[in-house]
Amino acid sequence: MAQDDHSGTEVAAADSSHAAPEFAGSTGTAVIPHDGFENPGFEPHRPRVTDEDASRQKRAQRTVYTLFYLSILGSVWAIAAYMLFPIESNDVGAVRLNNMFVGLGATLALLGIGFGAVHWGKSLMTSPESIDIRHPIGGTEATKAGAVEVFREADEESGFSRRSVIRNSLIGALLVFPLPAVVLFRGLAPQDQMPVELLSHTMWAKGTRLALDPSGVPIKASDITVGSAFHVIPEGLNDLEHGRLEEKAKAAVLLMRLEPSELNQAPDRESWSYDGIVAYSKICTHVGCPVALYEQHTHHLLCPCHQSQFDVANHCEVIFGPAKRPLPQLPIAVDDEGYLIAQSDFTEPVGPSFWERS
Amino acid sequence: MSTTSTRSTALEKRSFTAAASDYINDRTGLAVAIKGLGRKAFPDHWSFLLGEVALFSFIVILVSGTFLTFFFQASMAEVHYDGSYVPLKGVEMSVAMASTLDISFDIRGGLFVRQMHHWAALLFVAAIGLHMLRVFFTGAFRKPREINWVFGFILFILAMAEGFTGYSLPDDLLSGNGLRIIDGMVKGMPIIGTWTSFLLFGGEFPGTDIVGRLYALHILLLPALIVALIAIHVGYVFIHKHTQFAGPGREPTNSVGPPVLPIYAAKAGGFMFIIWGVISLIAALFTINPIWNYGPYDPSPVSAGTQPDWYIGFADGALRLIPPGWEFVWLDRTWSFNILVPLIVIGGFIVTVLLYPFIEAWIKGDKREHHIADRPRNAPTRTAIGAAGVTFYAGLWAAASSDILSTHFSLTIEGVTHFLQAAVIIGPFIAYFITKRVCIALQKKDREIVLHGYESGRIVKLPGGEFIEVHQPLDEYERWRLVSYENYAPLMIRPNARGKITAGQRARAGLSRWFFEDRIAPVTKGELESSHSTHH
Repeated sequence: MAQDDHSGTEVAAADSSHAAPEFAGSTGTAVIPHDGFENPGFEPHRPRVTDEDASRQKRAQRTVYTLFYLSILGSVWAIAAYMLFPIESNDVGAVRLNNMFVGLGATLALLGIGFGAVHWGKSLMTSPESIDIRHPIGGTEATKAGAVEVFREADEESGFSRRSVIRNSLIGALLVFPLPAVVLFRGLAPQDQMPVELLSHTMWAKGTRLALDPSGVPIKASDITVGSAFHVIPEGLNDLEHGRLEEKAKAAVLLMRLEPSELNQAPDRESWSYDGIVAYSKICTHVGCPVALYEQHTHHLLCPCHQSQFDVANHCEVIFGPAKRPLPQLPIAVDDEGYLIAQSDFTEPVGPSFWERS
Repeated sequence: MSTTSTRSTALEKRSFTAAASDYINDRTGLAVAIKGLGRKAFPDHWSFLLGEVALFSFIVILVSGTFLTFFFQASMAEVHYDGSYVPLKGVEMSVAMASTLDISFDIRGGLFVRQMHHWAALLFVAAIGLHMLRVFFTGAFRKPREINWVFGFILFILAMAEGFTGYSLPDDLLSGNGLRIIDGMVKGMPIIGTWTSFLLFGGEFPGTDIVGRLYALHILLLPALIVALIAIHVGYVFIHKHTQFAGPGREPTNSVGPPVLPIYAAKAGGFMFIIWGVISLIAALFTINPIWNYGPYDPSPVSAGTQPDWYIGFADGALRLIPPGWEFVWLDRTWSFNILVPLIVIGGFIVTVLLYPFIEAWIKGDKREHHIADRPRNAPTRTAIGAAGVTFYAGLWAAASSDILSTHFSLTIEGVTHFLQAAVIIGPFIAYFITKRVCIALQKKDREIVLHGYESGRIVKLPGGEFIEVHQPLDEYERWRLVSYENYAPLMIRPNARGKITAGQRARAGLSRWFFEDRIAPVTKGELESSHSTHH
């Protein structure tokens, strides 16, 4: 009963009730049962209630025009609301009312038209179902042959295939001519900047005071209580004329004070902290979000974007999440006046990894 | 008969409409198109509306977006905000952010249009997604529609690109962090990453160029591409004529439905206004993207629970699910597999979906045109593959809210992440097997109904004392809906003309077996007859 066709390239001898001859191609592995059911043809047309009952028809008619009138009402209301609910200066409530009443008017205007038209179409318009005949998308064999013939003639007359030197040189020229346009896009980046150089340095330098973000007030070591955390920027950042955000995107730092006994410091980094106060880059080493959430009792930092977690007690090494590298540590000290200062810039690039970083 | 004589005799009884259409036709020749398309049949099914939802919400996006361009200024120059929103007065922010605030607080109806634009964009992408699922699960991507599937899929990608470039424009804290993530991902790409980031941002992140550049893409290049592709996409719907579900009188060679004029025009036109009305209602009542709560972009602060717009979620979720440590230094260069792997996996997923119609056609070897939409149950393996894909996507999507899931349900973030890591890998397999079994069970139920009819609930006592439930047989129209589907057998390997079995043939036979080994054939006339004879 089942007829298997084992290759897509063979044309099946498909006598299919599903496909008219003009649609026949290979049926592939489709099984065409010889005693399948035949399409019974269209069901008898079923009239709607509005076709048979004059009063229902009247009612549908009333519904449709009422909806259209409601729509007009909505439009008028939206215009009126524009004027009746002005946005008084400095009042968010007025904005809310303006938004709501203009919006509700427009909604009524649109839904009135929409539901009215749909109801009209469904209950009153009388056209029966249309039946279109489908033709193969590829057209007839003659059309296909005609198209092939057009290309053959064009080739013949132009000598596109025959004159291969002309053709190949044209193809070469066409391939090369967009290249200058591509090169022009080099100008998108400033010509005098070295990305790797820029990414490797921040505003921090020997002696730069640590200041509060966003006020820029320098921080005294004595103001930092155990367990507290501060968002820090380099002093002078707010005075930058240009590039303030770019510098901040690299220089943002988190300052935390732990009990010195809780810090497991590497011997070579013991001098980087001051009395349990440590400073780490705030820019996540994954894709650069600010690592802004500090959980005091576990000493963990959490990046709210992709949930990388860093352990402040262990040089901010990654304990969870997609980041790989620890947050870079900023070596700090205290100056004569008791203010926290940087010993130097970060000793490695901050923020997300990049190709040339090693 | 000459044209002039027909016109002069007809003129007296001609209506205004006829005269007007004559006037226009004599100058445009449009009558050919009207006559050809005006009564064109449009098959009806609720699921065919999903594409229309996308189209109609796109119109809202175009119109509301044009309004917004009149007031929005795509500049990252710093100003001190001096608008009506008191809490931000005097705060330093970019002109882009300030002008967005002005649209929201100082232009009457501006907030309404802005919210319509954003809500319509969310609906646009959602409708495209659902429309693609409809096309996938009904097999409406089969020949001759494979290429239109590709166009539609590119539209989906472009719609997401429009969405991302759009919500990055206000230069608020949320969108700035979104761009920061993009910057981090770009930098993580081998060889070209660092330079590409500098080209994109015009120097170091965030720079002062990105909003202007995204704006050019958002209002010029991407919309132009989308409009052109929509024209092609919808044009092909006309050329191919819409698919239809199997039903009495519906043949692969016809297309049955209400005519374009007047019923389809009234229903689709009305539906367009309903979609606009719904978007307007949501925009009137529900706030979206309240940038005044986020504040201007600053690289230092971030709020917990940051979320991108919903359609970017799956990509963000993929980033979140990478376990620690997937980054290496090798040959003195940094290889960020924690970024590359999500990109490759998502890219692979997208390419697979894009190519699926061609893969399925190759496995089946079926070269015929298909215009009858499958019921999902009648293509169990495809439906199961679709369910697996949806589960995979849903897992990534859920991962984008892993922090919110853990705070709302008081779970640990580690637990949620580990669960979703497993769900993304195992979930698709579970979904695949369950869906396939459900499809086959439904097919069996259909067979049962065709062979024995519906249970009528009427119990009859026979003269011999036996009780039976009377089954009500199907009429031939209902039966046709249940039996008219294609059934494929697995491909059997046969040596080719040179007596060889190629590796390609083997692969194809294997895939074919996977697709069609478990299958339920439609009931044939012979089966129905023999089932009747055993019953009486």
